[in-house]
Amino acid sequence: MNEALWALGRGTGVVSLALFTVSVLLGILNRSGRPLFTLPRFSVALVHRNVALLATAFLAIHLVTLFGDSYAQLRLVDFVVPFLGAAKPFWLGLGTLAVDLMLAIVITALLRGVVGVRVFKAVHWLTYLMWPVALLHSIGNGTDVGQTWFIAFAATCSIAVVAALVWRLSRGFIEYQNVRVERAS
Amino acid sequence: MNLRTPEARGPAAALLHIDWTRCDGRGLCTEILPELLARDDWGYPLAYGYGSAGAGSNVPVPDTLLAAAADAVSLCPRQALTLVDP
Repeated sequence: MNEALWALGRGTGVVSLALFTVSVLLGILNRSGRPLFTLPRFSVALVHRNVALLATAFLAIHLVTLFGDSYAQLRLVDFVVPFLGAAKPFWLGLGTLAVDLMLAIVITALLRGVVGVRVFKAVHWLTYLMWPVALLHSIGNGTDVGQTWFIAFAATCSIAVVAALVWRLSRGFIEYQNVRVERAS
Repeated sequence: MNLRTPEARGPAAALLHIDWTRCDGRGLCTEILPELLARDDWGYPLAYGYGSAGAGSNVPVPDTLLAAAADAVSLCPRQALTLVDP
């Protein structure tokens, strides 16, 4: 049973990071105002949201299955307050920090109509902090970090997000940017 | 269903109000409500049948499109849309 929980705990962590990566990519695409091939813009927005919620569900399993694990030595306080862990407190603390950020991001996103567009946007920007923190947690705390598949996985996620960021910062990122800027001048 | 003229739409069940200070022309509403909205040259929504007369800020929504309009309101990334009584 312990072995099963340990495997599930590690596996759900990796799946969660993969899903968060997909959600970040879709979020950046969504911000550009472009469809994804034949997938319309509103569908991109919905898939972005649902993939993030799925990642959150996997993250919940990740926390629950590793709670009480003899290696991770998690206590309840480690779910909320970072850097107090018994084993690898810094790397575990990054995971806790990512969980806290994720809660803030998910709650303000689901209550977007209540908190207003400014609060939503300000908190949603924290994703750019949350994602690298979660990645660092997986590299620093993950016990599969020496495995080839994990290195390939982490590298793929990193390259994809960095590429999306470069695109995000490039001219012409917004669908109608060129025509808007051109006509305005 | 061609609803591209105000006459063809019949009585409005609600008005879709576009807050132009918030709208960024992301195009989600024009995908969800192709019967009512097109995109102008800059990507912003343009209500069929109203041209540039300014009436396009409160687009009459027929009963059949009320659910789609509600989706557009909730999915607008800039929260620029609201449904108001006609």
